Amino acid sequence: MNIRKRVAVIGAGITLYRRRLKESGKELSFYAANMALESAGMSRNEIDSVVMGTAPDAFDGIHMKSENLLDGAGATQKPYTHVYVGGGTGVFAPIGGWWHIASGMHDTCLVVCEEKMSPCFPHPQTAFRSIWDPIISRPLNPNLVWIFALEMHRYMKVHGIPKEHIAQVAVKNKGNALDHPSAQLAAKITVDDVLNSEIMVYPVNRLDISPPSDGAAALILASEDVARKYTDAPVWLDGVGWSLDSAYWTNRDLYFPQYVAKAAKMAYKMAKINDPPQEVSFAEPYDPFTYKELHHMEGLLLAEKGQAPKLTVEGVTARDGDLPICPSGGLLGVGNPIAAAGLMKCCEAFWQLRDEAGKRQVPKAETGVCQAWGDLMQVGTVCVFKRDS
Amino acid sequence: MSKDMKELPGTPVSGKELKSDKIITFEWRPNAKYAWSAGIAYGRYLDELKEGRIIGRRCSRCKRIIVPPRMFCEQCFVATDEWVYCKDTGTVNTFSLSYLDADANRIKEPILVAVIDIDGASPGVGILHLLGNVDPKKIDVGMKVKAVWKPPEEREGAVTDILYWEPMED
Repeated sequence: MNIRKRVAVIGAGITLYRRRLKESGKELSFYAANMALESAGMSRNEIDSVVMGTAPDAFDGIHMKSENLLDGAGATQKPYTHVYVGGGTGVFAPIGGWWHIASGMHDTCLVVCEEKMSPCFPHPQTAFRSIWDPIISRPLNPNLVWIFALEMHRYMKVHGIPKEHIAQVAVKNKGNALDHPSAQLAAKITVDDVLNSEIMVYPVNRLDISPPSDGAAALILASEDVARKYTDAPVWLDGVGWSLDSAYWTNRDLYFPQYVAKAAKMAYKMAKINDPPQEVSFAEPYDPFTYKELHHMEGLLLAEKGQAPKLTVEGVTARDGDLPICPSGGLLGVGNPIAAAGLMKCCEAFWQLRDEAGKRQVPKAETGVCQAWGDLMQVGTVCVFKRDS
Repeated sequence: MSKDMKELPGTPVSGKELKSDKIITFEWRPNAKYAWSAGIAYGRYLDELKEGRIIGRRCSRCKRIIVPPRMFCEQCFVATDEWVYCKDTGTVNTFSLSYLDADANRIKEPILVAVIDIDGASPGVGILHLLGNVDPKKIDVGMKVKAVWKPPEEREGAVTDILYWEPMED
């Protein structure tokens, strides 16, 4: 592999995450991007290129919405790229930024992710109806939660996992989110609260699901030599990986996300990580549903197949445990403005690895892994971040 | 967010405020219609469903028999080369009980959703469909099921020509 430049993260920004924000998508993009620029001590004219990550156009109802958002993302008259792999977008956008810099093409890249799910009403789930194959799936009137419940149930059945163990993820993440200033659904809850919450699509209860949200986040990437001019504490984006599996999802065994494992192996190899559970200090796997955090921990090779629930119940994945998982509070606690939710995880890695996470700070954070997932249970995107040493 | 930052941008709006005159919104409802070609593979699949049969395609390289059928094998990336009839029986691979309709509205009686591995197709090759004529509490992974078809005169060449799948008698 010929990587010409090592890539650093030198700034991050984020807005509030809420069910509905008054600000437009452009305004949210501006606020996040501007905060990231300020935190790096940069202005827009020091940015060589911009990557925008934003998920289904159908939420906003604006076709090619990245062009609509361009001005708010600081991209006017700059090389501008929109990347989109469904829910995997938020961790794919920094990979898009990485390409620009690792290739030697640019020295700085602003990565912005924005999502407003609120314009689509009465519920953004209606926009998801257009994701289905029109011939073989849509006539059955599917709901997207159906298929995640199918995947969750397969995972539970193959390994004999009790629902109580999975519910613990919601308790942990909503609790962690109490310390995140953007958080939409931070709460102190119990396993019983999750189990007794309304059944949406069995075995998924209401408190197993992250909410629809509005919000934006941004990162500043820079090449090594340029990063040093701006900061003494760059965070290194040393590994990137991505993989997509077949859209014929009923023809593959849903109990294990092979595409996430492929993406993780690609990123770990690049970051020279040989023993992920030992070498990774904390991880931010994608957690739009409780079981997804566990499923993804296994896909990220941070737990043996079927063992992630046990680690969670034992407290290993708590913020003060041996392997903190979603110290930010994740999508379950902070919220799920699709693309911005994934980038929120990368912002968290940046703050953790600079000791700037405040009450959320994980002790001895040296290496963090962020991952996102999406479409028809087929996208895995992974970034490995390291502290400067 | 950095520990030094206390105030975050963003102005939350409640559902109530949204409906009030305090927030200006503009509404638009698209009037778009689509007509999708089923394509070669799904076209035959739907024709056969109309006749009360499930058909798959075989890849001569990996020997898989795949349903829903496609004219290419996405793994070997070669053209598939043979039509193969499968049975209208199968096994529940996984299932869920949906208390949400397609627009996320709450419903009282659950929709019984399953991935059904099709007998006669390769192991682990299934389709998304519905279960019926069964107590939801008695559904389990591994349960053998059989397609319940619409009467022939009502079939239209659609996946809904199968009404649902019901448990097979032992």
